Parts: sequence; C-alpha cells; structure tokens
Amino acid sequence: MKVTIDPQRCQGHGRCYDLAPELFGEDDEGYGRVLGDGLVPPDGERAARVAAANCPEKAVVLTEEA
Amino acid sequence: MTVDDRFTRDLRQDPPTGTRNEVVVGPVSDWATDFSHVEPEWAADPYPILDDLRDRCPIAHTGRFGGGWLPTRYEDVAAIAYDTERFSSRSIIMSNYRPPLEIAPVGGVPPISSDPPFHHDARKLLLPAFTKKAVATREAATRAFCHSLIDSFEGAEVVDAARDYAQHIPMRVIADMLGFPPEDGPRFREFVESALEGVNLPPEERMAGMDELFDYLYTQIRDHVATPRDDLTTYLIEAELYGRKLEPAHVAGTIALLLIAGIDTTWSAIGASLWHLAKTPADRERLVAEPGLLPTAMEEFLRAYAPVTMARLVKEDMHWRGVDMKADDWILLSFPSANRDPAQFDRPEEVIIDREINRHAAFGLGIHRCVGSHLARMELRVALEVWLERVPVFGLDDPSAVTWAPGQVRGPRTLPIRIG
Ligand code: HEM
Ligand code: SF4
Repeated sequence: MKVTIDPQRCQGHGRCYDLAPELFGEDDEGYGRVLGDGLVPPDGERAARVAAANCPEKAVVLTEEA
Repeated sequence: MTVDDRFTRDLRQDPPTGTRNEVVVGPVSDWATDFSHVEPEWAADPYPILDDLRDRCPIAHTGRFGGGWLPTRYEDVAAIAYDTERFSSRSIIMSNYRPPLEIAPVGGVPPISSDPPFHHDARKLLLPAFTKKAVATREAATRAFCHSLIDSFEGAEVVDAARDYAQHIPMRVIADMLGFPPEDGPRFREFVESALEGVNLPPEERMAGMDELFDYLYTQIRDHVATPRDDLTTYLIEAELYGRKLEPAHVAGTIALLLIAGIDTTWSAIGASLWHLAKTPADRERLVAEPGLLPTAMEEFLRAYAPVTMARLVKEDMHWRGVDMKADDWILLSFPSANRDPAQFDRPEEVIIDREINRHAAFGLGIHRCVGSHLARMELRVALEVWLERVPVFGLDDPSAVTWAPGQVRGPRTLPIRIG
C-alpha cells in the first residue's frame, strides 16, 4: 500500500499526522505531507486507513500495490 | 529608517454604508420558513430542529435578517463551503446588516471575511504561528494555568465550569500570543458577546460595541509600535504583503478576529465536553480509566457539539439545489447540522467516545479551515486532561440551571458542576 496527499485538497486539518505520525508530518504552514516514499509497511496499513477515513477534505489517497 | 505612522491617525471608521433590514424577533412560527438561530428555543437545543429540517426540507428559509437559507445536510454544507465563486465570506455573521460590496475581497476581519484571491495571502501570514508544532510550545504554560484554575476551586462544592474554568483558558492563551495584558480578560468577554451575541440589538448599539473593541485594539497596537515584542501583534505590524506593510485596518481586523474567534469557540468546546461528561458517568469513568482515549473522545465532542456555525452571502440570483436564492441572501452554514447528518455518520445522535471514523466538519471545510484548529485542540485536550486528573468525580448540580450562548457560537455559559 502507498499513501499520497492531494495538495489541491489538503487544507492542513492535521488529522493524518495526528492519527498516523509514522506516515505523515506537517510542513511549515501546517499542511500534511507524506514522510519518506509513502510506502506503508504492513503493520501501518490500519493507521493509513484510519487517517484517510478521518481527513475532512478527503485528501489522503491510498493505493493498493499490485 | 522611517517612522511607522500608520496607526497615529484617528482610525475610527466612518459609519459603514451597507444595507440594513427591519429587525424581526419573537417566537418562530415554522422553522422551515421562519428560522432564527438567536431565539431561546434554538439556543437551548438546536439539534431536534435541525434533524427535523433535514428530513423535511432539507434547505430551510427565513424572511428574518433580510432573508436567508439554512442547508442542513452535510453534502450541501460542504458544497457551499467549497464554492467560494458563488458564496461570499464578505460577512460571516448573519445579522440585520450587510456590509457594502466594495469591502470584498478583503472584508473587515481578514482572512475569515476574505474571498479569493486575497484570502490565501492573508491566511498564509497566520499559518506558521498556528502549526501543531508551534502551538505545542504553549502546552506547558496552558497546563500550569489550568492547574491554577482548579487550585482556586479549593473548598468549593459547586463550581461554574463555564465561568470559572472554560472561559479563562482560551482568554489567557490568546492574550499571551497577542501580547495583551492578561488582566484584560473581562473586557475580552464583553467584546465577544457584543460581536457574536448581540445580532438583533439596534445597529447603533452594535456599532458602539465594535468601536470599543477597535479603540482597545488600536491602543494595544500603538503600544506595540512604540515597544515591539516577540508576539503576534508585533508580527502583524511588521508583516508585509505585496511588498508593503499591511493596511492599519487589516492589522486591527486580523487581531480582532484572533481575539473573537479564539475565545468564544474554545470556551464553548471545553464547556460542552465537560457538560457531556458531567451528565454521562459511564463516559467520564471510562476516560478517567483510559486517558489514552481522550484524543478520540475529543473529536466526538467536537462533532456532536460543534460550537461554530458560519454564514455566507449569495453572490448572484440563482437556482441552487431546488431553491431560488437571491443575491445577498444569507446562508447559515451549520457545521453542527452537517455533523449530525445520518448520511455521513452512523448513529449521529449518539455520542460515541471511541468513534474511530469521524470525518467531522467542526473546524470548517475548504479554504477557510480554522487556522486555530491545532491550538484549539491543544487547549481542549489539556483542559480536559487536567480536569479529569484533578476532579475525576463530578456531576451536573442542577441541569435546569445550565444556559447556552445564543447565536452562531454555541456553548454553555452557565454550567454549575458539583465537585465535592
Ligand atoms: C474549538 C474551537 C474552534 C472551533 C470549533 C473553530 C471553528 C472555526 C470554523 C468552523 C472556521 C471556518 C470559518 C468559515 O468557514 O467561514 C474557523 C475559522 C477560523 N478560526 Fe476557528 N475555531 C476554533 C478555535 C479557534 C482558535 C483558538 C483560533 C485562533 C486563535 C481560531 C482562529 C480562526 C481563524 C483565524 C479562522 C479564519 C480562517 C480563514 O478564513 O482562512 N479558531 N474556525
Ligand atoms: S488530514 Fe487531510 S487536510 Fe488535514 S493535513 Fe492531512 S491530508 Fe491535509
């Protein structure tokens, strides 16, 4: 699984970096950013889904790797 | 170096032009056609009204306030928050006065009153001071202050959790950030009440209240021009946009916004959370036993008792999702109603403190997302942590004595809690 943030939608609510701090961080203006390459280790998948489901702007995008 | 003389003139603004309508008060005949968010029935409990309207309208109308609409579904609230082309933030408090069109896109209190493209630039100035990381530096002082408030309960059996606890926390935090004297707290409360609660007062009274607020702010600003400090007021005095320092009215308007938006809202969120816990022993006991659940529970309190409703003005006549909107009609943008829409949330009327999926809109949606949301969450979490640690057992002393603020920011204003 891979996570990305759609910068057009993100408004910096910070739910992603609250709920999954190992996957997301904030930039200097509070917008969310993906840490590293966005590849989610298997034990991080649940946190990734919770972050995506709580982002008020639906800006967290999950893609399942084939 | 040139002297900064932007604030030396008499900056009282001329009486605004804009348009006024007749003030209509009194009991509502039918909420679908005559709603009013400032009547006592709404203040006491708006949720049954909103639930009923969502089933039967779902966009209610009123002739009061010169005409306005109340969308109640999450989907409609979100669509309006995102559509800054057709809905303007020129005024965000639904009242009997509409400011003149010329004040757009800046508005009186940027960035909340601003429309694109100006909005983004005004907002950007504020963001760095309000990141999660930046507000974390205030946590220790906030915690110490909460403890000092609880210390003052010593010996009391009943305290007013709204008046003696919740209100002081955001007042102190924002006074520190702006570099205002902490002892001016009682004046902040007057400013908040006149800006947000007096919407049906005669216009002269409303304007006198605003003049008092701005006189106070300009005094503070001049003091900061004379003696710059490391705080937000000095930061805004020095800030530049498009290669120039800000207009005096922008500096004062933004400070007014931070003061008003920072206090009433957070005070309401802390108060509503304590009210819920005081009347729900099972939730209170669970949070005392499992403090790690607090961040999740807090989001649920924010969803279920979202303190803030905003307003917009329709830009042009249009047919929108089944209703005929006219230019300058109000939209009462109810994030509280969106947060209780069954199409968006399972069992929305229940407060479920371990609700894991909670895409609520208490801090708004789209470009105006609350700049202070990280600060507000820190304050709310610390206020509840300290309270639960120091006063783990408490309950409502007299449920009928609880009063709620009327208008667009709703939270307990009297909240007698038995602690002994
Ligand atoms: C629980 C507490 C709070 C709630 C529920 C809340 C809610 C909101 C909402 C719903 C908006 C969106 C306005 C719109 O769409 O027109 C907003 C905007 C704003 N809030 Fe808050 N707020 C809270 C606390 C604070 C605090 C503590 C501050 C700062 C000290 C603050 C500063 C702002 C500012 C500056 C804006 C305007 C943002 C913009 O227009 O870009 N708020 N708030
Ligand atoms: S939760 Fe969504 S809007 Fe908020 S920072 Fe993360 S991606 Fe951005």
